[in-house]
Amino acid sequence: MHVNNQDTLQYALAQDNGLEMKILVPIKRVVDYNVRVRVKSDGSGIETEGVKMSINPFDEIALEEALRIKEAGNAEEVVVCSIGSKDCQQQLRTGLAMGADRALHVVADGPVQPLAAARILLKLVEREQPGIVFLGKQAIDDDNSQTGQMLAALWDRPQATFASKVTLADGKVTVTREVDAGLETLEVDLPAVLTCDLRLNEPRFVKLPEIMKAKRKPLDEIALDDLGIDHGPRLEITAFEPPPKRGGGKILGSAQELVDELKNKGLL
Amino acid sequence: MARILIIAQHEDGKLNPATAKTLKGALAFGAEGIDIAVFGSQPDPVAAEAAKLEGVARVLTIAHEDFAHATAARLAPEVQALAEGYSHILGPSTTFGKDLMPRVAALLGVNQVSDIQEVIDAHTFKRPIYAGNAIITVKAPQDQPVVATIRSASFSSAVAGDSQADIVAREPAAEDPGHTRFVKLETGGGDGPDLQTADRVVSGGRALGSKEKFELIFEFAGKLGAAVGASRAAVDAGYVPNELQVGQTGKIIAPELYFAIGISGAIQHLTGIKDAGTIVAINKDGEAPIFEIADYGLVGDLFEIVPELEKLI
Repeated sequence: MHVNNQDTLQYALAQDNGLEMKILVPIKRVVDYNVRVRVKSDGSGIETEGVKMSINPFDEIALEEALRIKEAGNAEEVVVCSIGSKDCQQQLRTGLAMGADRALHVVADGPVQPLAAARILLKLVEREQPGIVFLGKQAIDDDNSQTGQMLAALWDRPQATFASKVTLADGKVTVTREVDAGLETLEVDLPAVLTCDLRLNEPRFVKLPEIMKAKRKPLDEIALDDLGIDHGPRLEITAFEPPPKRGGGKILGSAQELVDELKNKGLL
Repeated sequence: MARILIIAQHEDGKLNPATAKTLKGALAFGAEGIDIAVFGSQPDPVAAEAAKLEGVARVLTIAHEDFAHATAARLAPEVQALAEGYSHILGPSTTFGKDLMPRVAALLGVNQVSDIQEVIDAHTFKRPIYAGNAIITVKAPQDQPVVATIRSASFSSAVAGDSQADIVAREPAAEDPGHTRFVKLETGGGDGPDLQTADRVVSGGRALGSKEKFELIFEFAGKLGAAVGASRAAVDAGYVPNELQVGQTGKIIAPELYFAIGISGAIQHLTGIKDAGTIVAINKDGEAPIFEIADYGLVGDLFEIVPELEKLI
């Protein structure tokens, strides 16, 4: 196994030269959390026409945490990035209004699968040399929960997923993770990939003056083709269907009736 | 033909129940062989347990002290080294599998198929998206290894088979990258059954009103031999620790019998229980959304109904 210390060295060197830490926050444009999504009647996809779109809520939490780290004096710059059509610049502007310093938009048509997304992010990491890449634990549209872990693998750097608490000190991050058994704490060297869980923080509300200010912040477009990404191999989605419905139940009159019903079904 | 390698999840010298469910999913692939890999500081007791399960050809043990609390960064290159010769690498869709398997997939240069809920054939699967509000059919390329996680709630547990699989010891192939260190694991405790895999689950919501009053749920669950769960509202209110949360952002479960007590039924909670066998809802608001998916409902004061049920059972 090749032990990759080059990034650590490069990162330490940047620190010695007085360059403060940068945090890169990838955000995804998704159907808003409150929208009840529906499968198109012909089964060709999800109904997204005229539907409210937002920053993936987990990514918003990641961005909030990055901003708090910066506000605490532990980072100098927060850069948001997104991969997708022109429309995702709306979400990048929201990210800038929340407080990110600048935005990168990798212009891509059509869906980008997690491995390709991780390869694209690695290119951005090479350009930006962030100390932390902070992502949501999953996107609420495809629920894949892969991109952060994949980026960490391709970058050969630490990953701390499902973070519910993040503490920075001495070039290390201590992360409390929400795992099935409870709470696990990891200590990772920088640079590192972190993904956040729901309880990490509550993102701030954006104020109108911030939205105006965000319009003047830099947003750079990068053509996907310029990054020279290998997009394969891809998974093919062949069908969309709504989930099976549960049948209507019975309202019972008493605890005794419930116990009888459950006993009849052999459940008690 | 498919040759499958399953990465076992285990704790305290015992196989995590999600591993037997992953195996059950794997049995639907029509594989010519299924092996289970057990990484551990002392993998032998776990391997002995895994070797008894139906359909297992071999159990591979890889022992190293690093694996006592192995991180994804430590394990992924080990799995990559073992993957040679296998068409499929599977893990459970638990936080363990979700952390590790995408890292393995990236090292093998493929996308992961997340949360398989149904196996059509060895390369075609159904999985939920949008928190289960839509189901997609996904085809993985034939000429690439398939890396996937199996959704525990969608499969029963593989049981002990007739024969005993061979146990083969392998040497670790990678080294500790040194950049990721385990510090500690805090568990919420509790002696009851495991929430993720229990046949019966009793969950309480915000209507319980306090941490003290939530004891009612623990008592009732104890009487039923059920695991205890909670709604996000109850967790956020601090009645119970967050590993008890049932729902889209907590645990997605499929017990035979589920009690939702004082839970109104936010979409995110319903998403976590819709594969349950029978759902019983107890709530004072007869209009609560929980009743739309419940098989049996009781409308009334939970502080009267639950003690009454306890007496009747």
